[in-house]
Amino acid sequence: MSKDFEPRIVVFACNWCSYAALDLAGTSRMKYPPNFLVIRVMCSGRVDPQFILEAFRRGADGVLVAGCHPGDCHYIEGNIKALRRMTLLKRVLEEFGIEKERFRLEWISASEAEKFVRVANEMLEKIKPLGPLKVEEVHMHG
Amino acid sequence: MDKPKIAFYWCASCGGCEEATVDLAEKILDVVNLVDIVFWPVAMDYKVEDVEKLPDGSITASFINGGVRLSEHEEMVKLLRRKSKLVIAYGACSSWGGIPGLANLYSREEILRYVYHEAPTVENPQKIQPQLRIKAEEGITLELPEFLPRLLPLDLVVDVDYYVPGCPPTPEVTWKAIETLLSGNLPAKGSVLGALDKSLCYDCPLNETKPEKVLIKEIKRPHEVIADPTKCLLIQGLVCLGPVTRGGCGALCIKAAMPCTGCFGPLDEVIDYGGKAISYFASIVDYSDEQEIEKTLGKILDPMGIFYRYSLPASRLRGKITIAER
Repeated sequence: MSKDFEPRIVVFACNWCSYAALDLAGTSRMKYPPNFLVIRVMCSGRVDPQFILEAFRRGADGVLVAGCHPGDCHYIEGNIKALRRMTLLKRVLEEFGIEKERFRLEWISASEAEKFVRVANEMLEKIKPLGPLKVEEVHMHG
Repeated sequence: MDKPKIAFYWCASCGGCEEATVDLAEKILDVVNLVDIVFWPVAMDYKVEDVEKLPDGSITASFINGGVRLSEHEEMVKLLRRKSKLVIAYGACSSWGGIPGLANLYSREEILRYVYHEAPTVENPQKIQPQLRIKAEEGITLELPEFLPRLLPLDLVVDVDYYVPGCPPTPEVTWKAIETLLSGNLPAKGSVLGALDKSLCYDCPLNETKPEKVLIKEIKRPHEVIADPTKCLLIQGLVCLGPVTRGGCGALCIKAAMPCTGCFGPLDEVIDYGGKAISYFASIVDYSDEQEIEKTLGKILDPMGIFYRYSLPASRLRGKITIAER
């Protein structure tokens, strides 16, 4: 793969923990790669598997879903619902031909800015050698 | 006054949709009274050139079943589109790809290699495989349609006006769809005809036994359990896709104690049926521990076949994405 390849990685970050951690990383002037497009959601339990599939279709090379640690969910068990969904989704993504390195679910609390930076660097490192994910629209109109 | 003209055509399908049309039984006579059928390869002797001779837009409605898998299908649906005022995707295959659409998990080359050479029941020592063109002994050239790289739902090939869901659509759904079309009071383009705009659970006789919060500890496969036909199948551990599937089928499978497999497809606003089904079904697994969740969901041996059974080519990713595109 060309060394110029800069993956685009979509992050679904929960409002109460992970998004705060990303904010903290920023205000603490930590450095993390600029490849991450962050979408704030109210809860990791709000992340419908359809969102992840749509992200891949629209050109994401990777997707990270980040939520509160088990037991810390603002809505009691939204993150557990996310865990259940992503566990099943991972198997389907692999059958779709999406390498498992491209998708990750992580628990990142509001104080774990460093964890986010570590996860981001790891993902980027693993996705770069895979190259871009090409999902081309196929149709025969016109 | 001329009666409205109707055409039927089949692409990559099993013939069940044609069967379903015939299952209208004596109502088919009402249909014939109300319309002229100008093309129906499975039942009538009109040829392609008869369709070509019709003026553009002169067919009131073409009912097309099956997904588009051959160049012949592509040509025919484009011809029918040109000749028709309305094109209706009839049945699951035409709407979202259906069972033949699961072949989008494999490349065209893999499929041909398996079917003509590797399948255990195949004996083909001369390694014969279909060719687009061959010179026969008499000096004539014989042609076969091309097997396209992927199966596409009808709306990725031509503009589709309405959808009639089901594998196959039931006679009731078909009749309702025909009535709607003949009423002259046409719904918005892209609507699903003949079915409900609510999920199967609303229509399900077992809905009363479905608790407000469904949670299951164990998933069971249909052959492992004799289901209690009086109790919601979900709470018995069966993978029933009723909550995420459009209603209108009359809960036929449920009445036979078989869980819904999703042949009426997604509800409005769902962009990926399988994704939605995964979302619902995984969330009712009643464990919080990662390993327990994995173990319980591991009972679903073929998640693609369960959740994308009828809709892989219409999914966000269309099929296995490493396949070379056209």
